[in-house]
Amino acid sequence: MASDWKSFEPVLIPDIPNLEKIDVYEKNGGYESLKKVVTGNDWTPESVVNEVKAANIRGRGGAGFNAGLKWSFMPKPDGGPRYLACNGDESEPGTFKDRKIFEYNPHLFIEGALIAAYAMQITTIYVYVRGEYISWVKMMEKALQDARDKGYIGKNLFGTDYSVEFEITYGAGAYICGEETSMLESLEGKRGYPRVKPPFPAQKGLWGRPTTINNIETLANVPLVIKNGSDWFKGIGAENHPGPVLYGISGHVNRPGVYELPTGVPVMELINDVAQGIRGGKKLKALIPGGSSTPVLRADQLEGISMDSDSLREAGSMMGTAGMIVMDEDTDMVDALWRISHFYHHESCGQCTPCREGTGWAEKILLKIKNGDGEIRDLDLLLDLTTQMEGRTICALADAAAWPIRHTINRFRDEFEARCKKSVHAVA
Amino acid sequence: MEETYEFTKEDLEEIETIKAKFPTVMPATLPTLWVAQRRFGHVEPAVQRLVAETLDLPESHVHGVASFYTQYYKERKGKYVLDVCTTTSCQLCGGYEMLHYLEDKLGIKAGETTDDGMFSIQSVECLGACGYAPMMQITNDVYVNNLTEEKLDKVIDSLKKGEMPEFESVGMPLLEKRNI
Repeated sequence: MASDWKSFEPVLIPDIPNLEKIDVYEKNGGYESLKKVVTGNDWTPESVVNEVKAANIRGRGGAGFNAGLKWSFMPKPDGGPRYLACNGDESEPGTFKDRKIFEYNPHLFIEGALIAAYAMQITTIYVYVRGEYISWVKMMEKALQDARDKGYIGKNLFGTDYSVEFEITYGAGAYICGEETSMLESLEGKRGYPRVKPPFPAQKGLWGRPTTINNIETLANVPLVIKNGSDWFKGIGAENHPGPVLYGISGHVNRPGVYELPTGVPVMELINDVAQGIRGGKKLKALIPGGSSTPVLRADQLEGISMDSDSLREAGSMMGTAGMIVMDEDTDMVDALWRISHFYHHESCGQCTPCREGTGWAEKILLKIKNGDGEIRDLDLLLDLTTQMEGRTICALADAAAWPIRHTINRFRDEFEARCKKSVHAVA
Repeated sequence: MEETYEFTKEDLEEIETIKAKFPTVMPATLPTLWVAQRRFGHVEPAVQRLVAETLDLPESHVHGVASFYTQYYKERKGKYVLDVCTTTSCQLCGGYEMLHYLEDKLGIKAGETTDDGMFSIQSVECLGACGYAPMMQITNDVYVNNLTEEKLDKVIDSLKKGEMPEFESVGMPLLEKRNI
């Protein structure tokens, strides 16, 4: 438990003015971790992987997989190209954290990506940012150029024989491109259709070559682990899900925004103390803890729950991207669920039938219920539909669409039934 | 008669720079469509054909990509395209109210363009600014956060004069100094 969160000093985005400028970043110890691993005799690529694995940085893009373990899946170098693809697509509703790193501390991410590349002996790094973030893309381009000018990117880093290229590219509006294999397809200049796994990207990624995909925030943690050690990192926040996290709090709170705090902060403290409670003195009704695909929790389910994967799993939800959406007592759960389903229908790439048809059908039924034309049996139809969608598609978008439907109906069934009661088919 | 489109010398240089970032030419598809959209304001089929010819890729491929991604305008739009986010956090904080206010103000519905060709309105999916809801993006460029009716009035007035709002940095509340 992170009971000491109030005294926590941010490390991902510390309170240092103009940290986005490379000189300021360097003055504050920037790029020393990179130099240490690339030139230091104590560090081999393997030892960097092991240190990151030991730190247990769990992927901040949503899946929460140990980043170092993921790195260790890369096959041994064979002389051919290998890639690191940095995922800054950030399209999950409720999630708006990576853009803070781009804006306030881009070099921390760049340094993290460079260390990751060195650890996996990768020679080309691509950053993929969603097309809507064009202002942030420009900031990244500036930061990359500054890093290139200083010799942190390019040929023979610090006079060693290690060379690395770093390019930024951006999408054009498609949620699916945040899914790792869709992102690869998009990077290759195609429609963002997810790929069948296996083979996994570590075996066959970009242009059929070994590729690792990491989230921006995940990579931003890497220089801190190298600088301070894995034990330091493990000492922050929740035991099985350690480290600093950028919490995005949105919805009906007095002070929405992005907050850097340790993992494991009690949910109610995040809502009441950090985000300063519910707007207009209203009562809390529900919380979506980590982006719109993570199952919604009723206010009475939040007692004693903290923001880490173990605690949220126990409560019946997930940590996801830590993008918390707070809903007050006046929130219409039918409207809210319809809007979420509309999103997943709009964003389904259409490759797999259960997702393409399921998301559309679910949205249609929910619209009918929302308009007061629903029948009680529609609720069971929706629940049945979710089981037909889950686990039957190439990627997890169908699951992401199904979970909110199942859990919102189960956890707020009264409200859905009440909306159906006007129907002639309703049970008296 | 169909309009003909041509890239300028600068565009072609930019496209060459883009191509150099990747081991094959296909990855240049999305960025080149962006170059085209910035140049012509949209990527209707004749523009897609130009992109295909420039990159020496099948037209069907370029069309497939252009039609997949929502930010490419497959038809002509107004000078300013107002993308109002209505996904969950924005929905909860009044995104639809802002959308309807704009519709009333400009006398068009979402998906339409004003007769003078000045404004198009779109209701869009999550733009990743959830803590600053409700919000909108103007022509794939600047984000306007924490919308109110007054703020919308101001933005529309300045756009009519051809002035885009400036990039608005939103600080992190726990780092109070950044908010000064």
